Amino acid sequence: MNRAPDIESKLPAGQFIGRILNRFGFRGRGLVIAIPTLWLLVFFLIPFLVVAKISLSEAAIARPPYLPIWEWSDGFLSFSFNFGNYMFLFEDPLYLSAYMESVKIAGVATIIALLLGYPMAYLIARSAPNTRNLLLMLVILPFWTSFLLRVYAWIGFLKSNGIINNFLMSMGVIDEPFVMLQTDFAVYVGIVYTYLPFMILPLYANLVKLDPSYLEAASDLGARPIVSFFTVTLPLSMSGIIAGCMLVFIPAVGEFVVPALLGGPDTLMIGSILWNEFFSNRDWPIASAVAIVMLFVLVVPIMLLRRAQAAEQEAAS
Amino acid sequence: MKKLSTFTSILAITAGAAVAEGELNIYNWSDYIAEDTIANFEAATGISVNYDVYDSNEILEAKMLTGSSGYDLVVPSIEFLARQAKAGVFSPIDKEALSNYGNLDPVILNIVALNDPDNTFGVPYTMFTTGIGYNVTKVASRIEADQIGSWDMVFDPKTAAKLADCGVAVLDSPSEMIAPALNYLGLDPNSEDTDDLEQAVALMQSVRPHIRYFHSSQYINDLANGDICVAVGYSGDVLQARDRAAEAGQGVEVAYAIPTEGGQVGFDMLAIPDDAPNPENALAFINYILEPEVAAAITNYVYYANPNTLATEFVDEEVASDPGIYPSAEISAHLFSLKPHSARYDRSLTRAWTTIKTGQ
Repeated sequence: MNRAPDIESKLPAGQFIGRILNRFGFRGRGLVIAIPTLWLLVFFLIPFLVVAKISLSEAAIARPPYLPIWEWSDGFLSFSFNFGNYMFLFEDPLYLSAYMESVKIAGVATIIALLLGYPMAYLIARSAPNTRNLLLMLVILPFWTSFLLRVYAWIGFLKSNGIINNFLMSMGVIDEPFVMLQTDFAVYVGIVYTYLPFMILPLYANLVKLDPSYLEAASDLGARPIVSFFTVTLPLSMSGIIAGCMLVFIPAVGEFVVPALLGGPDTLMIGSILWNEFFSNRDWPIASAVAIVMLFVLVVPIMLLRRAQAAEQEAAS
Repeated sequence: MKKLSTFTSILAITAGAAVAEGELNIYNWSDYIAEDTIANFEAATGISVNYDVYDSNEILEAKMLTGSSGYDLVVPSIEFLARQAKAGVFSPIDKEALSNYGNLDPVILNIVALNDPDNTFGVPYTMFTTGIGYNVTKVASRIEADQIGSWDMVFDPKTAAKLADCGVAVLDSPSEMIAPALNYLGLDPNSEDTDDLEQAVALMQSVRPHIRYFHSSQYINDLANGDICVAVGYSGDVLQARDRAAEAGQGVEVAYAIPTEGGQVGFDMLAIPDDAPNPENALAFINYILEPEVAAAITNYVYYANPNTLATEFVDEEVASDPGIYPSAEISAHLFSLKPHSARYDRSLTRAWTTIKTGQ
């Protein structure tokens, strides 16, 4: 009598499934790698290829609004790639200046976020554990409200007839309202406000691990607090600074919602250009080409981020 | 590849509006229907309505050309309907199924038939003009009285500069801004000539530093709240802003002018996408809109004239006598309507518009 099925039926479900998969040649390791690989394939690589394909086609009033890049007729498969879309991006100065402007706005916003976020992260890391949890909670709390609503709330603050202008006018500080909404200033406020937690959290995670005995040693050797900050704390937190800066910079470059709601016609960001190409100009091939170029512009900072993460892991081990 | 496309089309369908018996998915302009029209239609027919809004023909066209939008009824302006019909995105209207079709004004049907032969794909919904909405007190203290209600407010750099501090907004629509610019220059608003376009672009660029923003619906609230003082806008939208300002009682007074130099008159058309999941319900809704009381109620609420001859007696006296809604014969003589663009011109136009908007 074969008792094997009985033993298997008494196994926990997970192990049972594991055995069956093993029998068909699937191993745990392979599965663990297969799921994220499949995820990336379906949700990243295939959409990327679709966008790349559209970027090589020609716009048309049709459904979909571009011409196919290959054609099958009389046994011939003919391809027609339209590189004109990419050439157009380099010929028209608009796109280069939009990329530069996006990088500039994201860069300045990142520096402001760092200057604001570093002291906050430092304070949180140095406070007593109970207070620390409360402070961290306060940093994360805004995420409970939709990002869109929070940006909308800024419209109420910044507009000509808004809270800030009305307050200043009622105090007699100004006679005519300041134009703040639909300016680059409002875009900086929006981006710094939105991404500040992404700066604080990695900085905090880094600073909280900093061994206080290093600072004690520096102090014993005669360094004043300001000197020990610049020679000990700052260099040791460098990987946190890089991670925080990249987490702010990368999404800020492609930001669309903040410039769309708070920016004016002079705010030239690539996210808005992309939207414009797609919805106003209905020119999918150009829009796709802009997206592909943007992806490559962002690859460099992403590589930097990965390096910083690798360095941190090395330091930890 | 076949499997993949089936897969993506399933994704597209589930991503769009829900598909089920007894549903109707409408995609209409923002602030473009009476408050109770949808509720009354649902009560009368038992069809449940999903109602979404947009604020520019270009956005609607982007969705229509993408396909699988999931919408059963959309409302493009006539010149856009004509373009999209050529791409085959609409189903012909089954007029036999519309018992109220005879209520439509034959004069207006003939006008829209110039772009939609035999009225095949569209049923006229409302008539609008594009003109200037302004804050009466703020504008009066900044510019000469004879310039109020003239395109000078937007297209003359000196005049626009005086208004810049209180806020000038224009529509984010290349077709509806370049046409009045051409008209202001004394050129044909429907010209597809490159030199004419260049002149219009130069005109827009000369006033661009004084433009607060390009947007096709935000001006309604901003005019009403006093956040801007001049907007190029659609007649009914500006008149709604006027009412909201009066209701708020903050001392903001808004007025609408069809500019003396002439403005655009347009028609928005009810149309059914060829891939509509519930085309019969869309027809039922069109027929409902064609009932005189329903059409009149919409006009009374949104301040856009309707093409329904039987509806006129149900339109409020103050609405029917408002020259901003029903323009006088004298003003009508200066109005122009738009023709569909060729694909080639459309591309130059949108490129030019991007240049103007971004100031590059």
